Amino acid sequence: MSLVLTEDQQLLKDSAKNFCQQNAPISVLRKLRDEKSERGYDEAVWQQMVELGWPGMAVAEEHGGFEFGYAGLGVVLEESGRTLVNSPLIASVLFGASLLSEAGSAEQKSALLPKVVSGELLLAVAIDEAPVHNPQHINTSARKDGDHYILDGEKSFVLDGHIANKLIIVARTEGDVESTAGVSLFLVDSDAQGLDIQRTLMVDNRNAARLTLQQVKVPVESLLGGEGAGFEALDRVLDIVRIGVAAEMLGSATEVFERIVDYLKQREQFGVQIGSFQALQHRAAEMYSELELCKSVVRAAVGALDDDSKSTEDRAKMASLAKAKLCEVSELISNEGIQMHGGIGMTDEFDIGFFIKRARAAQQFLGDAAFHRNRYASLHNF
Amino acid sequence: MTTLEAFRDSTRTWLEENCPPSMRTPMIPEEIVWGGRDVEYVNPESKLWLDRMAEKGWTCPTWPQEYGGGGLSKDEASVLKDELSRINARIALTSFGISMLGPVLLEYGTHEQKMEHIPKIVRGEIRWCQGYSEPGAGSDLASLGTKAILDGDDYIVNGSKVWTSYADKADWIFCLVRTDFEVPKHSGISFLLFDMKSEGVTTKPIQLISGSSPFCETFFDNVRVPASQLMGRLNEGWTIAKRLLQHERTMISGFGLASGQGDRGGTTSTTASLEGAAMHYRGDKERISDPVLRDQIAQFKIDSEAFAFTSQRSLEESKQGGPNATSSMLKYYGCELNKRRYELFLKAMGSQALGWEGDSFEAEELQVTREWLRSKANSIEGGTLEVQLNIVAKRVLGLPDMLSLANKK
Repeated sequence: MSLVLTEDQQLLKDSAKNFCQQNAPISVLRKLRDEKSERGYDEAVWQQMVELGWPGMAVAEEHGGFEFGYAGLGVVLEESGRTLVNSPLIASVLFGASLLSEAGSAEQKSALLPKVVSGELLLAVAIDEAPVHNPQHINTSARKDGDHYILDGEKSFVLDGHIANKLIIVARTEGDVESTAGVSLFLVDSDAQGLDIQRTLMVDNRNAARLTLQQVKVPVESLLGGEGAGFEALDRVLDIVRIGVAAEMLGSATEVFERIVDYLKQREQFGVQIGSFQALQHRAAEMYSELELCKSVVRAAVGALDDDSKSTEDRAKMASLAKAKLCEVSELISNEGIQMHGGIGMTDEFDIGFFIKRARAAQQFLGDAAFHRNRYASLHNF
Repeated sequence: MTTLEAFRDSTRTWLEENCPPSMRTPMIPEEIVWGGRDVEYVNPESKLWLDRMAEKGWTCPTWPQEYGGGGLSKDEASVLKDELSRINARIALTSFGISMLGPVLLEYGTHEQKMEHIPKIVRGEIRWCQGYSEPGAGSDLASLGTKAILDGDDYIVNGSKVWTSYADKADWIFCLVRTDFEVPKHSGISFLLFDMKSEGVTTKPIQLISGSSPFCETFFDNVRVPASQLMGRLNEGWTIAKRLLQHERTMISGFGLASGQGDRGGTTSTTASLEGAAMHYRGDKERISDPVLRDQIAQFKIDSEAFAFTSQRSLEESKQGGPNATSSMLKYYGCELNKRRYELFLKAMGSQALGWEGDSFEAEELQVTREWLRSKANSIEGGTLEVQLNIVAKRVLGLPDMLSLANKK
C-alpha cells in the first residue's frame, strides 16, 4: 500500500483546497459565530459542496455515490480542516451515511442514501451519554411493544443533532449497561413525539445537541440492522469517523504550523526575526517532525479503509493509532500556535484562537488520546 | 505476468535455493558480517551467504552492474527487500562502505576510483571507517584541523580523529582533511581515501559506558597518501562530506525502526517486545498491570509505527535524488525513539535489566543493559539531535540562521 497520494487524489486535494480557501475561508466561520447562526453552517457553501459531489465520495454508485473511496473523502476533510469549515460533511456523510451503509437493509439504503448524497436529508448519530466518550456505555433503552419500539434515555454531544432530519439513536434492547451485545440502532425522525432536541453551544461553534427521549415510539422497520446486533457495525463506523476526523485534524494542525513558521520569519524583536532564535527553531523543528508522522499515519489509516485485504481489527488498530497521534500533536501545535504568536495570538481578532477551540473539540470527539492508547493496547493484547 | 512479478518469482526461487538455513534465524551480534581483509566467520554459512549475494550484486542491489552492484531498479530492489524479509533472511553484509562511502563515491568519484573501490565494497573485501570528528571538531565539524600538505605526488597527512567507529578493524578510511588554511573553514576541506595500513596511522580504542569499544582515537603522523586518492575536487570536500552525512543519518534513523516482530527483536520472547517484557517480569497474564507503564508503552508503539510509516513514505517520495534534508528529521526522531525504547525496557524489566555480568542474569538481559547504554550515543553520533533540529529549521523550514546573522553584524 502506497503512502503517497495518487494523481487523482492529488488533483482532488488541490481542487478541495482551492474551494475551501475561496469559498469557505475562516471569515465564514467567524460570521456564523458573530451572527449566532441558527443552523450553524453556511447553506450556500454546503450546496456547493453537494454540487462538487463531496457527500457521495465514499457512497456506492447504486445509491447515487461515486465510489471514489475514503481516500477521496479524507483529502477533502483534510483541506476543510485548514479553513475550519463547518458543514454536515462529518455528521451526515462520514458518520450517518457510513452507518447506514454498514448496518442498513437494501431498502433503507436505496431509500435514504441518495437523499444524503443530494443533501436533502441530513443525518446525525446519537451515541454518547456522558461527557467522556464510551461507546459501550449505553443506557438508553428500547423496549419492544408489538410492532413498535419504545425508546427512553438521554444523549449528549450529538454532532449536528439539532439540524438533522433523521437521527440514528444507539439504544439498548437487552444486556448490562456496558455490554456490547444487545445494542441496537434506530432511525428516528427529528420531529418524533417525545424526542426533545436542545442545541448546545460549543467552544468550536459547531453544532452539538443534547437529546431527551421520553416514550419515543418508532415502528419496527426503523431498526437499522438486527435487534441487539448493532454494536459491530457501529464499532466499524466509529473507526471510519475517527480516521476521517484525524484527516481533518491533520489539515488544521498543518495550517497552524504554517502560520507559525510564517510568523517566525516575519516578526522582528531585538532587531532580528524571532525565527532566528534557536529556542523557537527547535520547537518548530520538533513540531515539523511530529506533523510528518501525523501525515504518514493519516495516509496509512485512510488507505486501510479502502484496502479490502485489511480486517476490521486492522482498521481498528489503525484508527486508534491515528486518532491517538493526531490528538496529541493537535494539542501541541494548537498550544504553540498561541504561544509563538505572543499577545496577538490571544486576541479574538486574530484567527489562531479558532484553531485551538476546534482542536480540543475534535480531540474529545469519539475518544481522546488516552482513550485510544488504551484501546490500542487492548487491541494488541497488552 | 508483469516483469516485476516475474522478478519476484525468480527472486523467491533463488532465495529458497541459496539462503542457508542458519541465515534465516534472527541475527546474533557476534555473527554480523562486516567484511574486510581480516574477516573471521563465526558461522561458516555467513560466508557462503555473503559470497552468493555478492555474486549477484545484491549486497548493494541498486548500484550499477558495471561496478559489481545489482543494477536493480527501485521497484525491483523493493521486491528483493520484501522477499528477503519474507524468509527472515539476515543481512549478508553490513558496512560503512555500503551505507556511507559507496553512494557518494558513485556520485563524486572518478571512473578509476569507482572501479577500484566499489566492487570490493560489494563483495565485503575492504572494510571502511569514517574519519570525520576531531577532538576540537564535534558539532562544529567544519572547524577540523587534520592537515594534508602536497609534497610531490603525495599528500602528507598529520593530525588526529576521534569517534572513528571500528578504526581498529578497518582496512581503509575516508577522511576529511584541511588543505587550505587561508580561506573560510568550509572552503578549505578535502576528501581523502587511504589505507589504514599506511605508515604513520595508529588507532586506540575508547572504552564506553556500555563497556564495549566500538569507537577509536586515530592518529596520523606524516602519513603519505597518493594525490590520486583525493575524491572530488581539492578544497571542495565539504559538499561531499555533507552529502555523506545525509546517507549516514538515513542509516542511523533506522535505529528507530522496530526489528522483526518485536520492539528489539532478539531470540527470546521475554525481551523481544516491550509488552512481552512488561508482562513477563510482573507475572501478568492478559494485560500489563501497571496502567502508567501500559500507557507509556502504547504511546511508544504508536510513535514507533508512525515513524515506520514515515520512513516508508520518505522512501516512496524520494525520487532519484536519494536522501535529502528530511533525513535529519528521520535521524532526530528515530534516535529519540530508540532511546525511549530502552528506557521503557528498563522500566519493563526492573532490576533484571540492570545486571552487569554474572549468572544471575540471562545473556539477553545483560544485552539489554548494554544496549540501553549504547543507545545514548544515538543522538550524538552522526550529528547531535540539536544539530539535526538546526538543519530542519534552516533547510526545511527556511528559518533564518542566527550564526550568519551574527556574522553579518
